Parts: sequence; C-alpha cells; structure tokens
Amino acid sequence: MECSFGLTGKDFVLLAADTSAGRSIIQMKDDENKIKALGPHIAMAYGGEAGDTNNFADFVDRNLRLYQIRNHTPLLPAAASAWIRRSLAESLRSRHPYSVNLMLAGFDITDSTSHLYWIDYLGTKAIVPYAAHGLGQYLALSTMDKWWTEGVDKREGIEILKKCVDEVGKRSTLKFKFNCILIDASGIHHINLDSSDPIAEMEQAGKAAEVINPNPPLDVGITA
Amino acid sequence: MSRSYDRALTVFSPDGHLFQVEYALEAVKRGTCAVGVRGNSVVVLGVEKKSALQLQDPRTVRKVAMLDDHVCIAFAGLTADGRILIDKARVECQSHRLTVEDPVSIEYITKHIAGIQQKYTQSGGVRPFGISTLIVGFDPNDKIPRLYMTEPSGIYSAWKACAVGRSSKTVREFLEKNYPEDLSRDDTIKLTIKSLLEVVQTGAKNIEISVMERYGVVTALEQSEIEKIVAQIESEKEADAEKKRQRVAQTQAGQASMAMGSALPPSAAAGNETETPASGGEAAGTAAGTAGDATGSGIQ
Repeated sequence: MECSFGLTGKDFVLLAADTSAGRSIIQMKDDENKIKALGPHIAMAYGGEAGDTNNFADFVDRNLRLYQIRNHTPLLPAAASAWIRRSLAESLRSRHPYSVNLMLAGFDITDSTSHLYWIDYLGTKAIVPYAAHGLGQYLALSTMDKWWTEGVDKREGIEILKKCVDEVGKRSTLKFKFNCILIDASGIHHINLDSSDPIAEMEQAGKAAEVINPNPPLDVGITA
Repeated sequence: MSRSYDRALTVFSPDGHLFQVEYALEAVKRGTCAVGVRGNSVVVLGVEKKSALQLQDPRTVRKVAMLDDHVCIAFAGLTADGRILIDKARVECQSHRLTVEDPVSIEYITKHIAGIQQKYTQSGGVRPFGISTLIVGFDPNDKIPRLYMTEPSGIYSAWKACAVGRSSKTVREFLEKNYPEDLSRDDTIKLTIKSLLEVVQTGAKNIEISVMERYGVVTALEQSEIEKIVAQIESEKEADAEKKRQRVAQTQAGQASMAMGSALPPSAAAGNETETPASGGEAAGTAAGTAGDATGSGIQ
C-alpha cells in the first residue's frame, strides 16, 4: 500500500511520498525514492504497479527534456501536466497500459504561481490545492480539508503535512517513512519531516538541501 | 546518356559515381563555413553566420545547436535539412538515455547521424541530406574533447581541427599549417577565429563562437569578446606585416649595394668580364633567399 501527499501554498508546493517498496504484505525496501525532479521547478510523486512507475517516470523525464532541447524552453507545469495526462490516456487505450498514479507539482517562475495536479492511471487530471494518492486519500484528505487555507506559508504547510503523516500513522497498521520536497522560486529542496523546524533546517543547509536539477538549461545558439 | 544516372538516386553511373551524393557535397560547399578546433581541454566551434536582413530577428537563424547536455553540432549546407537531422539526433540522444540510462558518447551520436545520412543515399524516393556536420563534445566521465565530421555520403571521421562549407579547403589548409599540439583554451578560441577570418571578410560581426569547456559546460562567446580577439589578431597581423616590410626594405638595400659592389670595379675584373656579373647575380640571389627564409610563413 502506498501513500503520497501534495500541497500548495502562497509561493511554494510540497510533495511527500512514502518510501516503501514491496509486494502484497512483504516489504523489500524502505528507502525507495518515489519523487522525481523533472526540471529546475517541477517534480512528480508517483506510485502504482512496480516497474511501470519507474518506466513511466523516466519516459516523462526524457520527453520533457526533449521538448526543452527542441524548443529552447522547458514545458511549464500546466503544459507538462497536460502532456502527462494525455500520455496516460493514450497508454490506457493501448495493449499494455501503464498503471501509474501521480501528482505533479511545479512552480511557474514566469508568473510566480504554485501548481499541483492530481493525475491517475485512467488519465484523470484535476487541478487541486492539496491532494493525496493511496492510503492518504482515505485517511488524511479530511485533515487537509480542516487545516488548509488559501495562502498558507511554508511553515504552516509543513505543519499540515505533518498532521497528515501523523494521521496515517495513527489510523493505519502500516508504518510509513516519508520523502518530502519543497518547490519554490529558488528551486527544489529536500525537506526533513522529522526535524522540529524543517524550514529552518532547509534554509540552513542551503545548497546541500537542493535537489540536483537533472535538466539544466541549454542556451547555445541563442544570441541576443 | 550519362544524364540519366542522376535521376534515380540509388543508381550508380557506369564509372561508379552516385551523382546525387556529389551534388549534395556541392550544396555543402555553398553553405557558410563552420570550423571546429580541439584544444587540450576544450573544444571550440566557430561558424560564419550570414548577416541578418534589416527586419529579420537574427536569433531565429541558428547554425549551432545542442543535441544534449554535452553534445554540440554545427553544420554547413541546407539549413532546412540540418534542422531535420538535428531533430532526429536529439530524439536519439534522449532515447539512448531512456534505454541504457547513460548519455550518448560523441562517437555514438556521430555514427548515428552518419548512419541516417547514409540511409538517405541508398533508399528509394529520397534525396541525400545536403549538409556536412561538425559534432563536438565530451564523453560522459571523460576529459578528452572530441571533434567529428560527417558528410552527406554518410562518411564520418575524427579530427583535431576541421572545417566544412564555403572555402573549407582554404580554412583546412590554414589549420594544417597553424595547428600546434597542446592548445590552451584561449589559444583554441583564437585559432578558431583566426582560421574563420581567412574566409569571413566582414570580421567579428559575422562570426559566432561556442566553447565547450567540459562535460555539459557550453558557452557562446559574447560579440564583444569576439571583437576583442579579432582586434588582437589584426594588430598581430599588422605587426607581422610591418616586420616583413622592414625585411623587404633591408633586402632591397642589400641587393642594391650588392649590385653597386659588382658594378663598381669594372676595371679590376677586366680580364674576365663575364664572371663578375654572374657572381654578383648569385650573391643577390642568396640574399633574397635568406630574406625569404627569415620572413618564413609571412611570405606564403
């Protein structure tokens, strides 16, 4: 069973995904990273059929990169979400559909807005302020309903996320560990949810907390 | 009779030529010049760019393109063909990453591009790509700069320094004469610009330089930087020419005095009149020869 959360705030987006990997009741791994950075300000948390997940995430990654190299500009979160949704919808109607659910989070630096998209393997896409996949849907959406307000700041956002994680810990017999990232204007950062003040820790770590951007800009051939 | 051998591409002429491929090479020769130079730690691409028309946006005219983080390509020939080939190569770069989880090596992508070009010389209903390409970059986990060239026929080869396009022969000969081993970063850039200046009369404003320093680090030189280097090259050339002028003047003075010397004592050599002018002529010849050696490449 899996569990992931996404949450938008005033000038940031949070993504958290559990780190378990296994089959049925057996856990094989407790440090599987299910969040992938797709660009300097865009990342996705994915889950679903083992194998399909990584395959699809790589596929998305490479295609977004190809778009960037071809057009000298990366896809913005809204456009990327549309592309991903369509890929899943086409896949669903093929002989071997991907069975992957995901949340796409991004920060649009052109207009400084945070974006969160909830997408499932059927090709459903919803633009949402906060969302969950897996167990989190059943156990923690109500927590988010209660605490989330328009324009929450980073600390409040992390507090809500922590409440959700606690709720899942309380109500489920499974014990999850979570991986968490925060995207803002300065990029993608690792967040340590176990810390008493994750934001202070992130700011202190500075560069060390940054998720390495897999897709740097390529600007040769563009002369002003 | 032989006229019909350039109709269908896949048909050889009796003497073993594929005319369409040879015409494609002609198209390459009409394209603006592109130069690649490999230094000891960097590789530089220089291209001659046509000046944009008054109302045109020069940024939309591209001759240098990135294929991936670490691969850069320049081409000479039909720009439209170049665009298609570049797009195919870009897809292959990402596809390679997806399948083997590694970036392409420079030789791999060169071979792929040359392979596509070859395919278009052996298939029905198509014509060859009218472009030659220069492909530069660094292999992953490697510090050696790489430079390859491909041709419309599908030939590819590795180079230390190479030129394609208009007057590429002149530039290549220049490079052959002036390529030293162990080129530093700045010298590599300078040599690239110097070689381009052999064929680009209009100077810095029609030159574009891209420098790849190491894996994934590419910079396009600012116009002002190029202008600075061009000015430097020109002042060096001027100094050389000045030196040459002085040498020529000295030689001429020497010759004159030599001629005077042989002409002065006619009475002394009265017994053998034919010998004196002959030896005088020989001396002058030697002086001119020495002067020629001293100026070295300046004369050529």
